[in-house]
Amino acid sequence: MSWLTLPVDLLSKYLGLFTDVWLTLVFGFLIVPAVFGVPFGIHKYYIKILLSIFEWTTLQMELKAKEKNNQLYKHYTSGIIVKVPDSTLKQEIQDLRCSAGCLSLDPRLELADVFVFCRKALENIIDDDVTKRFSAQKLENWNLLTRSNHNFRYINLKLLALWILGVLIRYGVLLPFRVTVAVTGIFLFVVLSTVVGLIPCTKTYLSDKVHLMGYRLCVRSLTGIITYHNRENKPKNDGICVANHTTPIDGIVLANDHCYSLVGQLHGGLLGLIQRAMVKSSPHMWFERAEVKDRRLVAKRLRDHVADENKHPVLIFPEGTCVNNTSVMMFRKGSFEIGCTVYPAAIKYDPRFGDAFWNSSKFGLVGYLLRMMSSWAIVCSVWYLPPMNRKEGEDAMQFANRVKAAIAAQGGLVDLIWDAGLKRTKVKDTFKEEQQQLYSKILLGDHEYQNHPES
Amino acid sequence: MGSSRSSLRGVPDGQQLLQETGCEPERSGRLGWFCLGLRSEDLEAELSENPIGDRIVGAFFQPGQETVDFPSFVRVLAHFRPTEKNWTRDGVQPEPANSRNRKLKFAFQLYDQDRDGKISRTELLQVLREMLGLQVTEEQLQSIAERAIQEADLDRDDAICFDEFRKSLEKVDIDHKMSVRFLE
Repeated sequence: MSWLTLPVDLLSKYLGLFTDVWLTLVFGFLIVPAVFGVPFGIHKYYIKILLSIFEWTTLQMELKAKEKNNQLYKHYTSGIIVKVPDSTLKQEIQDLRCSAGCLSLDPRLELADVFVFCRKALENIIDDDVTKRFSAQKLENWNLLTRSNHNFRYINLKLLALWILGVLIRYGVLLPFRVTVAVTGIFLFVVLSTVVGLIPCTKTYLSDKVHLMGYRLCVRSLTGIITYHNRENKPKNDGICVANHTTPIDGIVLANDHCYSLVGQLHGGLLGLIQRAMVKSSPHMWFERAEVKDRRLVAKRLRDHVADENKHPVLIFPEGTCVNNTSVMMFRKGSFEIGCTVYPAAIKYDPRFGDAFWNSSKFGLVGYLLRMMSSWAIVCSVWYLPPMNRKEGEDAMQFANRVKAAIAAQGGLVDLIWDAGLKRTKVKDTFKEEQQQLYSKILLGDHEYQNHPES
Repeated sequence: MGSSRSSLRGVPDGQQLLQETGCEPERSGRLGWFCLGLRSEDLEAELSENPIGDRIVGAFFQPGQETVDFPSFVRVLAHFRPTEKNWTRDGVQPEPANSRNRKLKFAFQLYDQDRDGKISRTELLQVLREMLGLQVTEEQLQSIAERAIQEADLDRDDAICFDEFRKSLEKVDIDHKMSVRFLE
């Protein structure tokens, strides 16, 4: 069996010192502190240094662009065309007709009305609110990652050297560290979780510790720098926690601070192994593929879980799919029908250090994780919002919209009515019918006006 | 559609296109997605909320074309540039795409699908049906169309030709309503 040990011997012979140093560094500075929850402390300086470097690079590019008498392409985060905010169909048609001199909105067809529809259509083609939410948001300063640069013509030698240095650091130093931490973390978590599951008493206390440790290690493995605000509003055991969804990492970000019960589909492979290990020590809800379709079953299990005071709050992402963190899209009403307290949380990622958005049509999960681990850092803020309950006379959809508005307002995101499922499917006809209804009211006049012409 | 970047370098006859449409290269570059072959489904997805979305998509495609290339796209977009106040008809330069006349022509062609130069009663009914869907009855539709034709049709041929269309819209400020302004 000497052929088995041969590569290990070689490795330890040539890299002996190297691996020793490596393991000391990784365990000493990253893993052990994470296991015990001790903060590391250099993150602030890391970020400051990176930010000043990014500003310098953009300045360099601007200078070079000026030399060539061109303008640097800067992305406009608020769109590229002038749009009148909150203008309704009725207002626009009224404006159009008034410009021709009529004083009131007569209930009749004007041939000019078609212009309003035309312009709306063109605006949507050039720059619409929905499809730009499904690709990564663009930055105004370059952050030394090729994935977010559009001005390749303006890179001079200094920048090139800096970029190469950046690549070496990210792929040569940061990535291996992070992968080691991640692997160790998952291994420890699976083992400890299973062990704790076998101990009958003090199960909750120990399992909480094990879960928190696992998440802390994951966060360290991504160099996650998370700031939690309003911790007094942290979710309690009698409700569900809802948040906007940008990436699979959202769950880790939130669970780093508090214990939740997760809901989701049971996968196979490594992910399934982790899920099964988690369930042994804490009551998460994993559904088989067939069960997912049965909404009543899902709702019943959720209700039972929430009713039990000893179980942790359930973590749910009502958007249903990942959106790029510039907006909050429609919430599915299923989780709001249960009738328990909702604890909203808003998560906002800072895209300058690494874009956390998972564009599932572009990368698979492994590719995504590699990109995450080779960015500078994942910086985000989490705000816990005060708990909300359904009001009298409010239906589930209205409640969901109220919660969504609160999350959008806190996180500084745009509140959209559109369904995040539009990533993959077409718009329902209901929106077109709404427009048709509005226009028909204008053409026919208000029903009341027709019934009481003397008023 | 998003706004990823592209440059006018890859466009064949870029300079000529610029002259014809008046779109500045930086701006049209910013429109991004050098559409090598934009199909009607791509455009329709953007316009699913618009009742006359299909017609507008049709305006991009020449008869018989299956895909739209960048020059054709820019030519249509050029109609929506704000009108230049100081352009006068001097017979030498070709009329720019965003003149009031060309904008009216664009709108006229949305109604006049068979391109015979007149909006017939049937065509008007079709447009109205699209804009109103199932929200109105057949009688209401007929009466709206009847009234519109009676007011606009001056030579009593039961159809609206382009001159009659233009006359009925002479007071309307279409420059403002049919222009898309880019942010600086």
